[in-house]
Amino acid sequence: MSNRAIQNTLAVFKREFLAYFNSPVFYVIVVIFLLATNGFTFFFSRLLDSDDVSLATRFFVWHPWIYTVLAPAVGMRLWSEEHRLGTIELLMTMPVSPWQAILGKFFAAAVIWLIALALTFPIVGTVAYLGDPDSGPIISGYVASYLYAMTCLAVTSAISAFTRSQVVCFIISVAFCLVIALIGDPGLTQTVVNAVPNGMESVVQFISYFSFMDHFFEMTKGIFVLRDVLYFVSVIVVALLVTDLGLRSKRA
Amino acid sequence: MIQVKNLIKVFGTKVAVDDVSFSVEKGEVLGFLGPNGAGKSTTMRMVTGYFRPTSGSVNLCGIDMLEEPELAKQRLGYLPENAPLYSDMTVASFLGFCAELRGMHGAARTRAIDRVLDLCFLDSVRNQSVDTLSKGYRHRTCFAQSIIHDPDVLILDEPTDGLDPNQKHEVRSMIKRMGKDKAIIFSTHILEEVEAACSRAIIIDRGKVVADGTPESLKKLVPGANSLDEVFRIITNPDTAVKKAA
Repeated sequence: MSNRAIQNTLAVFKREFLAYFNSPVFYVIVVIFLLATNGFTFFFSRLLDSDDVSLATRFFVWHPWIYTVLAPAVGMRLWSEEHRLGTIELLMTMPVSPWQAILGKFFAAAVIWLIALALTFPIVGTVAYLGDPDSGPIISGYVASYLYAMTCLAVTSAISAFTRSQVVCFIISVAFCLVIALIGDPGLTQTVVNAVPNGMESVVQFISYFSFMDHFFEMTKGIFVLRDVLYFVSVIVVALLVTDLGLRSKRA
Repeated sequence: MIQVKNLIKVFGTKVAVDDVSFSVEKGEVLGFLGPNGAGKSTTMRMVTGYFRPTSGSVNLCGIDMLEEPELAKQRLGYLPENAPLYSDMTVASFLGFCAELRGMHGAARTRAIDRVLDLCFLDSVRNQSVDTLSKGYRHRTCFAQSIIHDPDVLILDEPTDGLDPNQKHEVRSMIKRMGKDKAIIFSTHILEEVEAACSRAIIIDRGKVVADGTPESLKKLVPGANSLDEVFRIITNPDTAVKKAA
């Protein structure tokens, strides 16, 4: 990237990032996220009653479900709002390439999530105080959690490029993220296999092979494999490519 | 400075812009006239690189818009229809954002903001949120954005829409002043504006250019017509005139 390209991306990033703080979105999301993660961990998973200080099965396990709802809430304004206000016309007639704008906006929302996730630090303190957890699985768990959030965010970015309504974007994005969370779920796969006509089972099995959760849990267990990281990164890249496609189609 | 050749835009089966060609030289102010839905905004959106033409070419200051969009856009200022703004920003921060995208940083950015705040009489609202501005101020803020980098080419889609008579007069004289060393296109419904500010005018109807000339020469197109208004009504295909007759 040239100097100019970085400056443009940064300018878009800065505007978008500050926009989160100028609206209640950021504060609401962070509070709900922290209430949800800690509530689930302490009240449903009963972290304090267990003899287990690993976070994988009691803390990170809830994250994909929380992101399914909250990541679209953060991402829905990215492009829908530009379409609704008409500012997309302004942005796209500036000497800014679509990619600089897409990345600038995506990074802004990504940093919002980084802040939200960083604010869960007391849980690490709690388990460190109560026991002697391995730092490896905690670090890879956080990386997995963040990558999962980014995946949901990229999907939302793609959908917001196609619609001027934040509500439509939110609903469709949640549905998509739900599919992502459920693909490859053993119980669900079995149900679907039983329901589909003969010969289709292999198709279902094939789709279930793309399970996000498998990759996510591998990582939270502390098995940090490049393959899992690349899996998430490739989905994010594809979703951002679709964002570009959506913006193009609106201008065609 | 602006060269548009055989521009065609098709939406589905509808031909919105049908083989439009024109050019604007430095020092010219081109008025873009036509009934609603004639293809004015679509043409402007192609000239500014927002829409991709179905076919044809756009050239700004010798740079091809389709081949080098980012380079061409650097030379261009654009006021879109309805003056869109980011509602969560203040006037100054919005202009600062636009200046940064135009490659101005630090002191240059501050200077550019101050210059256009002054030019567009926005100093009193510089720290006000865009959300709380009246229509006239919103319009001028977006207009300020289009001239923040002192561009060679200025494209204004209905710059006087929704302004009061004083503001209209101000914008018109600003266009006329800037027209001396820029190439300007602006679209309007108000024909007296054309006579007041334009050195040339194009009338576009159903996607086609139906007249191109100085306001004076356009008047002579229709023998016996006294005003540009009359010429406009006769040479454009009037949905509205039919309604009036009925």
